[in-house]
Amino acid sequence: MTIEIRNLSRQFGAFTALNNINLKVRPGELLALLGPSGSGKTTLLRVIAGLETADSGQVLFNQEDSTDKHIRDRHVGFVFQHYALFRNMTIFDNVAFGLRVRPGKQRPGNREIHQRVTELLQLVQLDWLADRYPHQLSGGQRQRIALARALAVEPGVLLLDEPFGALDAKVRKELRAWLRKLHDDMHMTSIFVTHDQEEALEVADRIVVMNRGCIEQIGTPDEVYEKPANPFVYEFLGHVNLFHGRVHQGHAWIGDLEVDAPEYPEAEDLNAIAYVRPHDIEVNRTLNGEPALAARIVHILAIGPIVRLELAGQDNQSADNIYAEISKARFRELRLAKGDQVFIKPRRLDLFPGDRHLALS
Amino acid sequence: MTAIPLSQTSPAPHKVVTQESPQVRRILILLALSFLSLFLLLPLVAVFFEALRKGWEVYFVAITEPDALAAIRLTLIAAAIAIPLNLLFGIAAAWTIAKFEFRGKSILTSLIDLPFSVSPVVAGLIYVLIFGLQGWAGPWLREHDLSVIFAVPGIVLATIFVTVPFIARELIPLMQAQGSEEEEAAIILGASGWQTLWYVTLPNIKWGLLYGTILCNARAMGEFGAVSVVSGHIRGLTNTLSLHVEILYNEYNFVAAFAVASLLALLALVTLALKTLVEAKVAQQASRGNHS
Repeated sequence: MTIEIRNLSRQFGAFTALNNINLKVRPGELLALLGPSGSGKTTLLRVIAGLETADSGQVLFNQEDSTDKHIRDRHVGFVFQHYALFRNMTIFDNVAFGLRVRPGKQRPGNREIHQRVTELLQLVQLDWLADRYPHQLSGGQRQRIALARALAVEPGVLLLDEPFGALDAKVRKELRAWLRKLHDDMHMTSIFVTHDQEEALEVADRIVVMNRGCIEQIGTPDEVYEKPANPFVYEFLGHVNLFHGRVHQGHAWIGDLEVDAPEYPEAEDLNAIAYVRPHDIEVNRTLNGEPALAARIVHILAIGPIVRLELAGQDNQSADNIYAEISKARFRELRLAKGDQVFIKPRRLDLFPGDRHLALS
Repeated sequence: MTAIPLSQTSPAPHKVVTQESPQVRRILILLALSFLSLFLLLPLVAVFFEALRKGWEVYFVAITEPDALAAIRLTLIAAAIAIPLNLLFGIAAAWTIAKFEFRGKSILTSLIDLPFSVSPVVAGLIYVLIFGLQGWAGPWLREHDLSVIFAVPGIVLATIFVTVPFIARELIPLMQAQGSEEEEAAIILGASGWQTLWYVTLPNIKWGLLYGTILCNARAMGEFGAVSVVSGHIRGLTNTLSLHVEILYNEYNFVAAFAVASLLALLALVTLALKTLVEAKVAQQASRGNHS
């Protein structure tokens, strides 16, 4: 199913939850709505489901205007953050609910319902819990049942509102991988809301980054991570180092470090900010002829294959400490210790003219 | 320089800060117990003692004579009408207040509480003012040969008025705690409004509903003030149990008065027992949410 959203806006009193949103969801894709709390991502999902109405704009399912369609007629599956399982029903009855409430002629027979529910419970690998009640299950089990319940009515699109938000880290990781596999097996369009960038990067086909009711960027995980459209996306996705510098006629200066900035040939002595990912910082013991920034090692975190270094810059190029990630092999080769002086050089950086608070607003 | 022994600076290790000494505890327990006995237990015992003073036979005669039976019947009728109406109103009001946001919500909530804050006598007088012979609707009612005041409808109305808050008050916090996600889930799965109410909402509040009904019933059967104003005290016709007790007492028929009163006291005891049983279930249902 394709979903198209046109010029959607929603206001809650003085708060703008959605500000003229346009979005096309491709059939069969797993789309993540990613943003901080209050960015409007859940409101957008609820408007698509029909749980919330928009002030203006349209929602189209398969090119058909569904803005005024009742929730019941939209055929969406919805998974809530806090599961919303029917507490007075067994797991079996929970999953069977959507089939049992169908009007007379469309309602399957008891045997068919039993078969379908059993299949779904097997799909989520919890058929042995059919006679239990929701409060007897763990959080991860409940969310899998919620998913089975949503799938029972064979929805055209599956909407998940922070599906793993209430679970602990380990279960969350397991369910993430499991959801991805389930989505691929079911061949359906799915949209899920999350504030966890790692989750979005890992699971989604495409990510919609939202902020203050607007879409900041739409792209594949690789695109939004490697080519963030603006400072907000840069700072929201992954760890990033921020440097203050100046741009002048196609060149940029960060402290003593000069880099090419061919995108800004006409800039005349402008303030600029530069973003560098921790793994894009090269660390050396000595100056090897090329320009570099001097820094002192404040802290070393050497767990796992990647070593994280916290560095204090020696000029005022960065407001905060600088984080660099190097491989363990490189770390051993350099024989780094806390307090050592090193020289750092960004392998890749992205420049945005202006000040940070201006760029982010 | 002298060393300071540690024991002087730190308090005695076995002392629990929130616990008083044994004497103080004993005195507090004694106070509470004597207060309870004096004001609750003693009157209760006195009711049954006075009722049975002249033996079981007199007791049974007192509660089975025609006027007493008529009073029992009227009390049951009033409760049988008031409770179902309050059930409907209570569920509808609690649903509205707990699951929707709208203007004037706080006004509605205070209105539901009104019968708690208004004196029952005033409530009765309001009905006299509206439906009485000199009241607003009085001439119209007389023309159509209907009577509300000094008749059964007035008693039913007064009973409904004083019992309005019980069920709604019980359900609102319960429904608010449960939220409306389960209802949303049901509707997304294709359930109609009635199916959602019947299969999702009502089962989730059934114990709260029963609890509210028990309280509502106790108040409906025991109400005195409001009913007294609209009743007219016509023996065998407009006397409820509590009014009947008053009449018998005023006639110095103490044994009969206490015998009928003992019925109300028994009702109270049964209510108390049921209430205790249901209370535990309500707490269980409220806490057994989906949140882990």
